[in-house]
Amino acid sequence: MLPFNFEYYRPSSINEAVELFEKLDQDGKKPIYLSGGTEITTLGRLNQIFTKAVIDVKGIPECNALDFKQNSVVVGAAHTLTQVWESKILPLLGEACVKIGDRTSRNQITLGGNLASQIIYREAVLPLLLSNSTFVVAGIDGIHQISVHKIFKEKLLLKRGEFLVQIKVNGKYRNKPFFIEKKRKSERVDYPLITIETLKIDRSIRLAISGLCAFPFRSYEMEKELNKTGISLEERIDKAVLRIPAPVISDIRGTSEYRIFVLRNTLLDALIDLEGVR
Amino acid sequence: MNDELTLDINGEQRVATVRMADTLLDVLREKLDLTGAKRGCENGDCGSCTVLADGLPVKSCMMLAVDAIGKKLTTIEGLHDDPMQHAFIEKWAFQCGYCTSGFILNARALVNQYPDATDEIMEEWLSSNICRCTSYQEIREAVKSVLKEQRFNVGRPRSRNKR
Ligand SMILES: Cc1cc2nc3c(=O)[nH]c(=O)nc-3n(C[C@H](O)[C@H](O)[C@H](O)COP(=O)(O)OP(=O)(O)OC[C@H]3O[C@@H](n4cnc5c(N)ncnc54)[C@H](O)[C@@H]3O)c2cc1C
Ligand code: FES
Ligand code: FES
Repeated sequence: MLPFNFEYYRPSSINEAVELFEKLDQDGKKPIYLSGGTEITTLGRLNQIFTKAVIDVKGIPECNALDFKQNSVVVGAAHTLTQVWESKILPLLGEACVKIGDRTSRNQITLGGNLASQIIYREAVLPLLLSNSTFVVAGIDGIHQISVHKIFKEKLLLKRGEFLVQIKVNGKYRNKPFFIEKKRKSERVDYPLITIETLKIDRSIRLAISGLCAFPFRSYEMEKELNKTGISLEERIDKAVLRIPAPVISDIRGTSEYRIFVLRNTLLDALIDLEGVR
Repeated sequence: MNDELTLDINGEQRVATVRMADTLLDVLREKLDLTGAKRGCENGDCGSCTVLADGLPVKSCMMLAVDAIGKKLTTIEGLHDDPMQHAFIEKWAFQCGYCTSGFILNARALVNQYPDATDEIMEEWLSSNICRCTSYQEIREAVKSVLKEQRFNVGRPRSRNKR
């Protein structure tokens, strides 16, 4: 049981949602947007989230869009991870979604909720970083389309009152070869020890990782080292590992040394798979 | 501040006075006397609170009751003489029984959605639930027996006269 109560609103348009937020904020209700509701209920119970009003975005049509037209894939933020995966609209994203949590939880966790999560992994962002996606964000001053690289730096950087409506990805990414691997400590279902996703565009490889550092990231520096051909795969990986952008986590799932060990092996699998060598 | 809401549960319209922050699990157990869904971790991990919403398993500890409005909910109390219940008994797929209603509902949804479920699909679905008594092997056998029975029944002509 949540130790606090709140008002619940389910607007049916973007305007209604942002205006509600503004009003509730002015009334001191500390409103938050709600989508799957799994984080608000679980962290709320532990007093790690508090609000006096929630605004459920699931009734907003744009948040439920799922489209491929004019060479652009559009996925509404309110879709559950199961829906994104089953739609097969963007395999690069679907395969990342299906590795999050467990089957039942994925019927509830939404794409927008995962991207805006307080929990550090936010694994659904990996394919969105690799595909240079665009985030459609709504606020009181209108709707904006922003590059993932501007709005997602370690976490989703929304201004007060803004919410994520959709993500858009160029249709060319629907058919590009990719590799994704989630390594867990031991269980079938768990947060990642590390999850890496790599994408091959022409002859170069892009790399995004969750679980290695305290936030998910795409690293151009690591990509540069991985794409230096003419040396062995192992040397390329050694050089890439030197470019990890932040301290590597040591926790109950694994020490930093173990995470790096697993990273090396997983990167080797990725390169072998995408480059078709060995 | 309390509100009255109506939920469609096991084919009945049930009215409850709830707080907007109440989870579906809270309302089922505390307001509607439907205690089949069990309170375990309340963190989305164990699955003992699993119910069906529009035929899909959900963990009722992490769904707001208000979010369930308009959905067709099934709790273990809504299954009567279901082959999955019989299979759990026949295969001894429980010991203390605390996880059983969650497992049965999850498995019921699985066989409805994937009548041809492979072992891999079955594992993926069942790994949403935890059995502290470790009856996993028996639970697998129970689910497999229902899948097998279902396939056998589908394969058989329903009535000779219909040819
Ligand atoms: C059992 C379980 C297993 C999990 N396993 C994993 C895992 O393996 N990997 C992983 O990455 N994560 C995992 N998570 C974390 C999960 O992805 C996040 O908690 C996520 O926030 C839940 O999404 P939701 O839609 O339920 O969010 P909600 O509870 O609705 O919201 C979560 C946060 O996001 C904000 N928000 C929601 N939608 C929007 C929007 N459209 N715009 C702006 N803000 C929004 C809310 O205000 C809130 O702060 C797991 C969670 C559970 C319960
Ligand atoms: S009580 Fe809901 S998942 Fe454990
Ligand atoms: S039978 Fe005891 S927890 Fe499963």
